[in-house]
Amino acid sequence: MPAATGAAAGSIVRFEGASKVFPGRGRGAEVRAVDEVTLDIREGEIFGVIGQSGAGKSTLVRLINALERTTGGDVVVDGVALGALNEARLRPVRAGIGMVFQQFNLLASRTVAGNVAYPLEVAGWSRSRREARVAELLDFVGLAEKAGVHPSALSGGQKQRVGIARALATNPRILLADEATSALDPETTRDVLNLLQRVNRELGVTVVVITHEMDVVRSICHRVAVMDRGRVVEVGEAYQVFSAPAHDITRRFVATALRDRPSPEVLERLRARHTGHIVTVGVDEVAGSSAVLTRTLREHGVDGTVVFGGITEVAERPYGSLTVELVGDPAAVEAAVVALRAVTWVDDHGTAARPHEVTTGDVVPFDEPAADPAGRPNLGAPRRPRLGGGLFGGPTGYTEGNEL
Amino acid sequence: MSWDQLTPLLWQAAGETAFMVLITLLVGGFLGLALGLGLYLTRPGNLLGNRFVFAVLNLAVNVVRPIPFIIFLVALGPLTRAVIGSTIGIEAFTFAMCFMATFVFARLVEQNLVSIDPGVVEAARAMGASPFRIVRTVLVPEALAPLILGYTFLFVGVLDMSAIGGYLGAGGLGDFAIVQGYRQYDWAVTAVVVVIIVLIVQAVQWLGNILARRALRR
Ligand SMILES: Nc1ncnc2c1ncn2[C@@H]1O[C@H](COP(=O)(O)OP(=O)(O)O)[C@@H](O)[C@H]1O
Ligand SMILES: [Mg+2]
Repeated sequence: MPAATGAAAGSIVRFEGASKVFPGRGRGAEVRAVDEVTLDIREGEIFGVIGQSGAGKSTLVRLINALERTTGGDVVVDGVALGALNEARLRPVRAGIGMVFQQFNLLASRTVAGNVAYPLEVAGWSRSRREARVAELLDFVGLAEKAGVHPSALSGGQKQRVGIARALATNPRILLADEATSALDPETTRDVLNLLQRVNRELGVTVVVITHEMDVVRSICHRVAVMDRGRVVEVGEAYQVFSAPAHDITRRFVATALRDRPSPEVLERLRARHTGHIVTVGVDEVAGSSAVLTRTLREHGVDGTVVFGGITEVAERPYGSLTVELVGDPAAVEAAVVALRAVTWVDDHGTAARPHEVTTGDVVPFDEPAADPAGRPNLGAPRRPRLGGGLFGGPTGYTEGNEL
Repeated sequence: MSWDQLTPLLWQAAGETAFMVLITLLVGGFLGLALGLGLYLTRPGNLLGNRFVFAVLNLAVNVVRPIPFIIFLVALGPLTRAVIGSTIGIEAFTFAMCFMATFVFARLVEQNLVSIDPGVVEAARAMGASPFRIVRTVLVPEALAPLILGYTFLFVGVLDMSAIGGYLGAGGLGDFAIVQGYRQYDWAVTAVVVVIIVLIVQAVQWLGNILARRALRR
């Protein structure tokens, strides 16, 4: 369970109306990459930052280790206001914050061990202490036998492990990960995410991850901030933010990443195949499992057939939606929908003969859709258009797995 | 002249060329590396980005580099006199060579540094490394192979410049080929010098390639 969400935990990074304005290139207008952001990152949590490409995520996170300086407001890290520090005084602050990068950014001229030793050299550790620490770190990330090879001989996942070992070398209390898994395939992504989770749990390091991948957020983040055009438009517990998205950007993020909601094209095809009343019903922890859905339909004497949808986990709790064809007496169907609305959200698509236009489930591309690795479970595609005998439900319901 | 008389002269000329070329490679190589790093670091957006300093350095390099060396020798005359005390002789000539080599190499260095992934510089910065440390532990090691090849290229250019040392009475192999060969209609002498120079260039290029490949083997 994502336990470290405790409100009691103190803040380790605090943005106080922080802004970063880049002067326009040439005669271009200035860019407000980060726009008066006020935000607390709590000690010991895994904090996610999501948003479309260009939303300002990288800039926001680079303000934490002062790779970018604020042009307004301030950032307080571990009680130290960065705005007041000059370049030389910022260096020790940076040395105390680990960072991993999408493109790994390892030194090609050094071996794996040499790369991990680099921050220790910067910090002035003696050779013998360095060697002991490097061995310990490579052990932690499972690359002890690769100490002597150069990064070019490693796979992407191994390179990122080296990147993480390097970032952890000086025992930082904060680890920043800017799209750390975006260059990796889904399986390697899992490994790296597990490693980040271990870093958080076993070493108590506060982790800040930037990502455009729902998988990353939903599997490891305790809290998330959603960014749009330099502003943080939504922040809160990951599950809260995704099960009740308040902002359009968040909704799109969830819808695209999950692909459980039928797009207009899919809906068109569904209507061609299914003449009954089609509704999309939210399934989450609050609304209960699909068992509630099954029971409600049975009570109203309505037959339900799952025709589309998917249920997955966000912050280790069920989350998703099912699109169901309802067949029965029109009045009973109407009553069933009303009853369902009492426990969860329902998008009523109407029938093929009398369609309703519903916009909330529209899937608008969220971010770099091309980067979506092929192997991810495709929740949206109805692999089995009709489930056994047209009956909805079953002994265990459908809340546990990703597959229908 | 017979080869009995020519051989000692040839040795002397080779010694003069060696003096000019080695001093220039040393001084020009060092100053060129420094100037090239300066160009790279002060480029706006880079580590020590400074629009004004960059513009000055860039202009200096752009102005000096295209000047034909023989004209540059003359133009540099007053400065040469101020520093060396004379505008002729092997010292004055070597001074001018160092000057030109610095500017030529600076551009080569800068171009090689630009090819370094800015991400690794950023990573070093994120780990708290100072700019000087980044130069020493990131920029130079990461660009070592192309820098070695650039230095090899500089060697050929410097050898080329040294060939007109005769104009300032600096001697050298080029001067020997002209005075003892060309002006005496002794093609054999010219040919011998050409063969010697070609062999030297080949040897140095071979060495440079080996060292660069070793630097790349990682
Ligand atoms: N060094 C820079 N100079 C000028 N504009 C920049 C610079 N870095 C980022 N930007 C601009 O700031 C905005 C936010 O960029 P970034 O933080 O990289 O977004 P994200 O990481 O969310 O994709 C973009 O419009 C980008 O073009
Ligand atoms: Mg980014």
